[in-house]
Amino acid sequence: MREVPVGEITKVVRDLFIDANINLGEDVLVAFHKALEAEESPTGREILDELLENAKIAKEEGMAICQDTGLAVVFIELGQDVHLVGGDLTEAINEGVRQGYQEGYLRKSACHPFTRKNTGDNTPAIVHLEIVPGDKIKVIAAPKGGGSENMSRVTMLTPAVGMEGAKDFVLQRVRESGANPCPPIIVGVGIGGTFEQAALIAKKALLRPIGSTNPDPELAAMEEDLLRRINNLGIGPMGYGGRITALAVHVNMIPCHIASLPVAVNIQCHAQRHKEKII
Amino acid sequence: MAEAKRIKTPLTDDVVGELHIGDRLLITGVIYTGRDAAHKRLIELIDEGEELPFDIKGQIIYYVGPTPAKPGKPIGSAGPTTSGRMDTYSPKLIERGLKGMIGKGMRSQQVKDAMRKYKAIYLGATGGAAALLAKSIKKAEVIAYEDLGPEAIRRLEVEDFPVTVINDIYGGDLYEEGAAKYRRQ
Repeated sequence: MREVPVGEITKVVRDLFIDANINLGEDVLVAFHKALEAEESPTGREILDELLENAKIAKEEGMAICQDTGLAVVFIELGQDVHLVGGDLTEAINEGVRQGYQEGYLRKSACHPFTRKNTGDNTPAIVHLEIVPGDKIKVIAAPKGGGSENMSRVTMLTPAVGMEGAKDFVLQRVRESGANPCPPIIVGVGIGGTFEQAALIAKKALLRPIGSTNPDPELAAMEEDLLRRINNLGIGPMGYGGRITALAVHVNMIPCHIASLPVAVNIQCHAQRHKEKII
Repeated sequence: MAEAKRIKTPLTDDVVGELHIGDRLLITGVIYTGRDAAHKRLIELIDEGEELPFDIKGQIIYYVGPTPAKPGKPIGSAGPTTSGRMDTYSPKLIERGLKGMIGKGMRSQQVKDAMRKYKAIYLGATGGAAALLAKSIKKAEVIAYEDLGPEAIRRLEVEDFPVTVINDIYGGDLYEEGAAKYRRQ
């Protein structure tokens, strides 16, 4: 049994949220450059240039890429041979969020649903904990902005509609979202499981690097077809019209109930932020 | 791509009359910030017949809730938020002389109708380009609702702040026309 003080997790969570909000991932930058080559709309290219310039300024000045520094979503893969000591894990994560959002000059966006009163420190974090073999802890910080999250949906389709029905739902969602989620977007799709699992695997699909191929050939083909059809919608960068509406579509699929076909679409803006560390 | 047009605030009917969807603009002058919480309070003042905290005639409201400013900087990262949340409030402000709104995302038919009727425009700043946009903001001062934190109303002094015309006073809509132009079967 390996002992890890929870204070370690606080430090890692703090550093990851600051890093994720300031330094855009290399996969996103590569995707911007590719989009710039493919984009036919002059305005669309100008927007993509702005996004590249923005990433550079944010990095140089150590400031957030986007003012919406998100709700603090944390994925923890906890090795079953780890014994956490020195305090409460959830509180340790929240303390990391508290410190990161304060020290990194990040915006605190968590509030009461009805009174809209801000919690003041961007807590509580949204924690997804998974117990895995081994004696390591993987921490992933994935700040999630409100604009793109608002465009996300879960539905329970009738099984008869099959894969085509699932694709139609994804396309309809992207079409209706239009300019709102800050395209070019990344589309996370979760198929199967239960109501809440579909949403969770859709969100996890967003963590996969842009440009990577789905290991399941059937899903890889589905992603390719969806990306082509989404980009044929013409929405374009920031919705001003263009060839690049999405940078990637990522699909996760798991078995579901014989009566159900759950499909979740989690839309991610171009500020695709996630950083991870293994303790 | 045509050269960006430079405009100054406050806006007049003549200036907005020359702007069309897809135009790239660089704004210099004073603009005000406000999100839904601040809009709700402005509308309550109007409904009670009270004065607004600033004269909105000819002004532009930028839908933004910035990150905290680092020491020595006027403002933190400051990109646009989704404008649709302001749709219920905007027509009343447009009716009272508001000339421009900066945000991102689609507006309701009621807002578009009010823009046409009272000659106001809707401008898009690039969502997520918040560090870049902050560079054009030279001064920021909270003028109302400090308790709202990032959602307080700020008076910003901007220089060459880059935006794109999404809705003009002639009923044009860049979102509709842009997508129609690049849509493929």
